[in-house]
Amino acid sequence: MATQQTQVLGRALLTPAVALLFIWMIVPLAMTIYFSTLRYSLLDSETWGFVGLENFRYFLTDPAFLTALRNTLVLVGSVLAITILLGTPLALLLDQQVVGRSIVRLMVIAPFFVMPTVSALVWKNLLMHPVSGLFAWVATLVGATPIDWFNDAPLLAVIVIVAWQWLPFATLILLTALQSQDEEQKEAAEMDGASALSTFIYLTLPHLARPITVVILIETIFLLTVFAEIFVTTGGGPGLATTNIAFLIYSQALVQYDVGNASAGGLVAVVIANIVAFFLVRIVGRNLEA
Amino acid sequence: MKHVLSALLGAATLLGAAPSVAQTTLTIATVNNGDMIRMQALTNEFTAKNPDINVKWVTLEENVLRQRVTTDIATKGGQFDVLTIGTYEVPIWAKKNWLIPLDNLGSDYDTADLLPKIRDAVSASGKLYAAPFYGESSMMMYRTDLFQKAGLTMPEKPTWDFVIDAANKLTDKSGGVYGICLRGKAGWGENMAFLTAMSNSFGARWFDEKWQPQFDKPEWKKTLSTYVDLMKAAGPPGASSNGFNENLALFNSGKCAMWIDATVAASFVTNPKESKVADKVGFALAPNAGLGKNANWLWAWNLAIPAGSKKAAAAEKFIAWATSKDYTKLVASKEGWANVPPGTRTSLYQNPEYLKVAPFAKLTLASIDAADPNKPSVQSVPYVGVQYAAIPEFQGIGTSVGQQFSAALAGSSTVDAALAAAQTATEREMKRAGYIK
Repeated sequence: MATQQTQVLGRALLTPAVALLFIWMIVPLAMTIYFSTLRYSLLDSETWGFVGLENFRYFLTDPAFLTALRNTLVLVGSVLAITILLGTPLALLLDQQVVGRSIVRLMVIAPFFVMPTVSALVWKNLLMHPVSGLFAWVATLVGATPIDWFNDAPLLAVIVIVAWQWLPFATLILLTALQSQDEEQKEAAEMDGASALSTFIYLTLPHLARPITVVILIETIFLLTVFAEIFVTTGGGPGLATTNIAFLIYSQALVQYDVGNASAGGLVAVVIANIVAFFLVRIVGRNLEA
Repeated sequence: MKHVLSALLGAATLLGAAPSVAQTTLTIATVNNGDMIRMQALTNEFTAKNPDINVKWVTLEENVLRQRVTTDIATKGGQFDVLTIGTYEVPIWAKKNWLIPLDNLGSDYDTADLLPKIRDAVSASGKLYAAPFYGESSMMMYRTDLFQKAGLTMPEKPTWDFVIDAANKLTDKSGGVYGICLRGKAGWGENMAFLTAMSNSFGARWFDEKWQPQFDKPEWKKTLSTYVDLMKAAGPPGASSNGFNENLALFNSGKCAMWIDATVAASFVTNPKESKVADKVGFALAPNAGLGKNANWLWAWNLAIPAGSKKAAAAEKFIAWATSKDYTKLVASKEGWANVPPGTRTSLYQNPEYLKVAPFAKLTLASIDAADPNKPSVQSVPYVGVQYAAIPEFQGIGTSVGQQFSAALAGSSTVDAALAAAQTATEREMKRAGYIK
């Protein structure tokens, strides 16, 4: 009887916190849903009114939408591939005993702590600039024509910048996992005469499966909303070459001041994120069980 | 305890209230352009004369300023007491009663002295809704030394054929000199300002009288293909990300033989402190295609007061000060006549001291006079505005069309594809906004 009372009391005491969190989450969502059913342009107050699903129809049939969706998926996919394919060997290297290991680790992790806008500016003006950038300088040194990154390969340029930022994250997670690997198992494998490669494939890789899943899940959540890097470097262009869903919603809201349409776009983005998450969890999430 | 607290509170209130004799604090939103930064530095002169007014500045980059100011006024946020807005916003916002008409600028303000084209642009139904701070058109700036070396003479009213021919002759890519620098960065106030002005000279227009977009017409095709071909043959690399500031830097470092852009650039390119080619710059009108229209635009940055402001009287005092003839004299006495804000007053263009230090003054005035917001193109149009259409939807449409055109310049899209995409996108927006039934 006493336990039941404590339980009730405990729940009662938790209620304010839960309610606050609930309101915190539900109010913005409810307002977005409400706005998405309105014709609500900041610049044109005479035509406000309920339009039902018209905003959704309009957003989904926008010729820019499919391009933005494709760009989003390409961006997320490429950055995931780069960070994991480069992060794993990097983590293996950092796991070795070398002189000054802690300093090397710090340097490798540093990009993650640079603000996205700052790193985008650095890449744009100091590294990738076709006239005054470091890459252009190197290219002219070896007698090649400098690449005009943001003109000729804009999406690739953005992918490189974002991948540079997220590589430390993947490396860090994988490195921590490596350090928890059972040393005795590795020694046993060595004594049995297993090569380094097969030790990696049959021992290390299965051990890393779970942290890789974590990296994929967490990075996907953040990469779906990449914005600052695009805003600073290419402004979504040229044309629509680097417009992703987040940037498209931004331009609806703050270039066209169309609140209704931007809200509809925001909800579409939520749905897309959920679809992606659903498949991700089905494909890789099994690793998290057990 | 309670007594101590209330005593402390009382003392604090007294202390806070004592020095402020009905102080008014004005929050002013402005652009980070050189002339506005100078105004900010001279604010002390204003507050010295008006001790009851404090001034707080919010200085932002053009696009950010526009977003902040527009969302603030549309949602009736009331953050700002004085707004810096362009000629594009004035007629739209005046019609919505978002601005307070400026009726009390003072007896010595001399409204009649404002250049008629600029005054019209900031007025609605005969009332001034904003006061122009500086005004501009576009014109041709070119390198006299390069022209002389190539044996070319810039006519006073160049045609596009001459400009294309000269640009090809003057381009020396291995020497790092490009025949012509033009805007390519996407945005309704960036590449579209230039391209719309250029299209006017080719006889194109944004909309016909029924608001039907005109990008499928031969005039636009001629405009865009001329622009893309010219820039590919004689433009600098990376042109699709060059806006006003990027081109200014290129011209000042001697990399452009010609540049068509805002008349305010003239005082920067002839300033030896900023420009390597200061003594080798010539000026001419913006080019034409023989149809009677030059590629001129018309723009002014203006100060205005949002409706509902509780500090309108103080705000109006500030606006009268910052846009008066006395302010011009103040800048001249501190920084020299070449640095005064140009393009708003007739008297400035009759001032011999200004004309002496500003070789570009005559052409600036001629260019402003040549632009006609009510009849921007050879064909008749349903909108007002030279390098824009003064409707609320234009910012969004102009920017998405600008993106298509910058893709054509970057080579990731063809001229035909860019025009077709611009036509579809504009038609969609205009249908949605209810212009096309």
